[in-house]
Amino acid sequence: MSSTHRETLSTWGATLLVAEREILSQVRAKAFIISTAITLALVIGGIILSSVLGGRTTEATPVAVVGSVPAAVLASDALDITDVGDRAEADALVRSGEVDAAIVPDDSAIGYALIALDEVPEGVSAALSVSPEVQLLEASDTPSGLRTLIGLAFGIVFMIAVLGSGATIMQNTVQEKQSRVVEILLAAVPARALLAGKILGNSVIGVGTAGAIAAAAALGLAVTGQTEMLDLLSAPLIWFVVFFIFGFVLVASVFAAGAALVSRQEDTGAVMTPAMMLVMIPYFGVVFFGDHPTIMTILSYIPFSAPVAMPVRLFFGEAEWWEPLISLALLVVAAAAVMLVASKIYTNSLLRMGSRVTLREALTAS
Amino acid sequence: MLSVRNISRSFGTRRVVDDVSFDVGRGRLTGFVGGNGAGKTTTMRMILGVLRPDSGTITLDGAPVGQDALRGFGYMPEERGLYPKMEIAEQLAYLARLHGIDKVTAMQRTDDLLERLGLIERRRDKLESLSLGNQQRVQVAAALVHDPDVLIMDEPFSGLDPMAVDEVVTVIAEHAARGVPVLFSSHQLEVVERLCDDLVIIADGKVRAAGEREALREQYSEARWSLETSTDVGWVRNVPGVDVEELAGTTVLFGAEPDAADLVLRAAVERGTVSSFRPIRPSLGEIFRDIVGNAPANDANANANANANASENEKQTEKQKGAAVR
Repeated sequence: MSSTHRETLSTWGATLLVAEREILSQVRAKAFIISTAITLALVIGGIILSSVLGGRTTEATPVAVVGSVPAAVLASDALDITDVGDRAEADALVRSGEVDAAIVPDDSAIGYALIALDEVPEGVSAALSVSPEVQLLEASDTPSGLRTLIGLAFGIVFMIAVLGSGATIMQNTVQEKQSRVVEILLAAVPARALLAGKILGNSVIGVGTAGAIAAAAALGLAVTGQTEMLDLLSAPLIWFVVFFIFGFVLVASVFAAGAALVSRQEDTGAVMTPAMMLVMIPYFGVVFFGDHPTIMTILSYIPFSAPVAMPVRLFFGEAEWWEPLISLALLVVAAAAVMLVASKIYTNSLLRMGSRVTLREALTAS
Repeated sequence: MLSVRNISRSFGTRRVVDDVSFDVGRGRLTGFVGGNGAGKTTTMRMILGVLRPDSGTITLDGAPVGQDALRGFGYMPEERGLYPKMEIAEQLAYLARLHGIDKVTAMQRTDDLLERLGLIERRRDKLESLSLGNQQRVQVAAALVHDPDVLIMDEPFSGLDPMAVDEVVTVIAEHAARGVPVLFSSHQLEVVERLCDDLVIIADGKVRAAGEREALREQYSEARWSLETSTDVGWVRNVPGVDVEELAGTTVLFGAEPDAADLVLRAAVERGTVSSFRPIRPSLGEIFRDIVGNAPANDANANANANANASENEKQTEKQKGAAVR
């Protein structure tokens, strides 16, 4: 009889094998190597370039000074000083936008305070050797520009990574169906191992690529000395990474299940579009409703938008410490549920060829 | 022994496999014969665990076939397919590992098989760069690379050139000789006839006949004989109980019960030298047409439907093959 030793391969073992093939076949592809290299070069280059250009065009920040502020506290070339007679005059200049801030004497320990319109101009606080108390004339609790920017940043990173990998998962799944190799695979390992391996492999690639981009960005910021940006981001960034990983698995499952419904590359559009909507609608929600606290709170709990909305709320300190935990739990449960459904769809429709399998058929057939 | 017992499977309201039972003995090449849409592929997919039967059991040496046993099965699906953009050695080793073989052994067996199939120089080539015939050889290798305990091959000869058919026949026969139960389906009845020890004939989802090839031929042979002598055989027409079918000079083909045939032989020996006298066994093709043509009358409507669907499926399949090749 047979002489070859055959080990019992667990579903997990099969999953790892499938993931390994998925990773190797993609990482070796020229297109992947080139596009990743270009992305990384663009990120580092962009940061360095913007810093160099930004540094060259920096002008002294205009400030109004009331009375005598010890000259020693002012870094002479960073600030363009206008002497004004009194506090009211200084206020007027700040409001008119002629100056970014005003330095006025007060009775604090350091002897003066800073007046600004709605946010502290970075150039001013950086130029002062000590940090005075800041008085904002028109304090607003939502610096909306920054909010949109952070939402955009998290959102774009998440969306690009997820859509890129989602398209790859879909393409590979359909290709396995179209090239019919899936029947041999199914004869060897259970469908859920194929699905799990595919999700795992692509998640490793997606998260790895995003990690590499983040590392490149950090490197760029460090090289150009903008480390304060890094400090600012650290805690929400860690949350973002955690949410990112689970959000990624969630979306990857959606794409894999969708791909199992079609058997030809030409038909992927029909399932690709709804899957992309699931990713993009929450993202635009975060960008457009970024300064609407109620909607943001809701978005930060919906599993598809939580990976972007929750880190944004955390960044602005609007979420209690337990909120990300609950949101994350919801996300994990949703990812597990979608994986279960996806596994059922996968099992029922992988061998179905020809026309697209409807969702109902895929879920009801045994 | 691989035993299939009473398995059925329906798609929607259409019963594609209906209470099918048969055995595939160790060391036996079992041919699985039936028309398009007869249920061969569905049956094989159920044996492989790719499809679940609605009812019935499949056992290997008495034990139900589970995930572990299935890992030892080798499968060549009718719908051929491998990764077009993967190097052939790499993908064969990958498939072997999916069947639970460790990496080193998997690579070694891959090289052995590629060597035997004359593809060792192409081991680093992508599948899509090979000719169609060589792609088929790789497909055969994919079914064998994990040294299977059971071999299930769906139309293994279709798309193969005559040389490749011989290679595959040799490999299959080797496996059978080592005690591996081998089940293969084919449209090419001559190949099946030449190759197999046992036969399972299926039509409209039901097993119409199963058993040893020679036993089946005997069972379905009508009493027909052929005689060749040194003299003219026109006299045979006048022997009672003989129904002459063909007569040409010194040879005659006739139907007769064994007693009447004995009379003919005796008379022939008296009249001259008998160079040949033998019973005519029907060919597999004849048996097949006989069995499938005699489907029970109450199935007639169902048959018509099934055939219509089958040809529909066939078209579909052809289209997909086209797509896969592209």
